[in-house]
Amino acid sequence: MRTRDGLLTIHSSKTFRMNTFSGSIAAAFSLLTSFDPTLQAIVARSLAVSASACLIACSAGLLLGAWLGVSRFPGRGAVLALLNTALALPSVVVGLVVYLLLSNSGPLGFLGWLFSFKAMVMAQSVLVLPVVTALVRQTIEDADASHGEQFESLGARRFMRSLILLWDERYAVLTILIAAFGRAISEVGAVMIVGGNIDGFTRVMTTSIALETSKGDLPLALGLGMVLLAVVLLLNVAIALLRRWRERLDDPVPDASGGVRSALTAPGARP
Amino acid sequence: MTPLFSLDSVSVSFGPITALKSCSLRVQAGDRLALVGANGSGKSTLLRCLHGLVKPGQGEMTQGLRARQAMLFQRPHMLRASVLNNVALGLWLQGVAWRQAQDDALQALRRVGLADLAQRNARALSGGQQQRVALARAWALKPQVLLLDEPTASLDPTAKREVERLMADFSEAGMTLIFSSHNLGQVKRLASRVIYLEHGRLIADLPTNAFFGGPLPSAAAYFLKRELV
Repeated sequence: MRTRDGLLTIHSSKTFRMNTFSGSIAAAFSLLTSFDPTLQAIVARSLAVSASACLIACSAGLLLGAWLGVSRFPGRGAVLALLNTALALPSVVVGLVVYLLLSNSGPLGFLGWLFSFKAMVMAQSVLVLPVVTALVRQTIEDADASHGEQFESLGARRFMRSLILLWDERYAVLTILIAAFGRAISEVGAVMIVGGNIDGFTRVMTTSIALETSKGDLPLALGLGMVLLAVVLLLNVAIALLRRWRERLDDPVPDASGGVRSALTAPGARP
Repeated sequence: MTPLFSLDSVSVSFGPITALKSCSLRVQAGDRLALVGANGSGKSTLLRCLHGLVKPGQGEMTQGLRARQAMLFQRPHMLRASVLNNVALGLWLQGVAWRQAQDDALQALRRVGLADLAQRNARALSGGQQQRVALARAWALKPQVLLLDEPTASLDPTAKREVERLMADFSEAGMTLIFSSHNLGQVKRLASRVIYLEHGRLIADLPTNAFFGGPLPSAAAYFLKRELV
C-alpha cells in the first residue's frame, strides 16, 4: 500500500495510471474508503495546521479588523491600501520570509522551528491574517456607517462599538472565517518551504498533491485533491448547518401580527 | 432660567456640504420642541448636533445643565439578541451591572407595554414594536432630554399612535422632548414650540399656536401651505 516515500499506493497501480478524471475519482474514492492510516495522518495534520493558523490569525485579525473598521486616524488610507495589497501575498513569498526568519541565521532561528509543525502554522497565520483583517474591517465599517451611531448614542466608545458590531455581524464573520480556513488549507507554497514536506512529520494534503504531481501520478494527485475538497466540504456543511440553525433562532421572520397589536392591551402596559 | 441647550451661530459641515448654517436657539427644560422642514433641511443634523454625535464646525454650543440625554432614531437598530438584552445593553454601556441592567430593562419594557415580549428576538418584532423597544431603551437611561428623529416616519397608524402616546407620557413626566417630524398633525398634538428649517437655516422658531395660526416668514408660510393641502 505504500511507495518508498510513504505515500499511498493504491495509486500507482496500473488501474489508476490513466490520466483521466474517472481514474481520479476512483482514486479519491479508494483513498477515502481504504482508511489508510498514512492518509488519515496527513488529513489530520492538514486540518490541525490550518485550524491552528486560523485560530491565531483570527484572534488577531478579528480585533484588528474591527478596530480598523471604526477608527479614524491620519494615514488610515495608506494602512488600508497596504492591508488590501497583503490580500494578494503569494504564499511562496510568505514561506520564503518565514523561512528566512526561522533559519539558523535568521532573527527567530533560536526557536528551532524550521521544518516543523509550528513553522507551518506560523506561515499560514501570516498568510491568513490579512484576509481576516481586511474582510472584517470592511464588514464592520459598513455596519458602523449604517447604525454605529446608535451605539455611540447609547454611550459605546469606539472600541466597544467595534466589539458590539463584531458580535452583531457574527454570521458575516463566520463566512470570513470559512474563507480564511479555505485560504490556509489550500495553500502549498508556504508549508512546502517552511515544513519541507517531511513524511510523517510535516507532510500535508497540498504538499502530498504537489509531490504526486511531480512524480507524474496525476490521477492520484487529483484524487488527493478531491479528498481535500471532500474534507473541506464536510466542514463547510457542518458550519452551514450550524449557521442555519442559529439564524433561524436569531433572525426569525418579523411578526406581522404584532404590528397591529396595541400596547394598551399588552400585558404590563400602563393604563 | 438656564437653558438646557444654547446654540449661537452654529454651523455643521460634511465635506463641502453645510448641513446647518449659523443656527441659534435656546432649549428650556420641559420644552416640547418640534423640528419641521423638507428633507435635507438640517433637522437630523441639528438633533445629532444637540446629542453630541456631530461637532459644530463654527459657532458655539453650550449645555447649561449636564442633562442626561437619549436619542431615538428613525429606524432603530436591533441587535441579534432578545428584546430584554437589547434594552439592557444601553444601561450596561452606562456602567450598570448586567443583572441590574436586565432588571431595569424589564421595567422599561413594562413602561412601553412590551414586557411579555422580553424574551423574544428583537428582530422578530414589527417596526412599531421595534420603535417601542428603542423608546424603552432610551427611557431606561432616565434621560432628562429625549431627542427623536422622525420617530413615527415608517410606522402604521396604530403604531404611530402608540409611539405618540408614549412621547406624551414622557413629556408629562417632565422629560424635555426634541423631535423632528413631517407629520404636522403630530406636531400640533405634541409640540409646544416649532422650529422651521430650510436648507440648513433656522427660518422660524415659534410657539405651536403661533406657528399654525399666526403670520410666518414667507418660506415657512409656503411650506405650511404646501403641507396642509
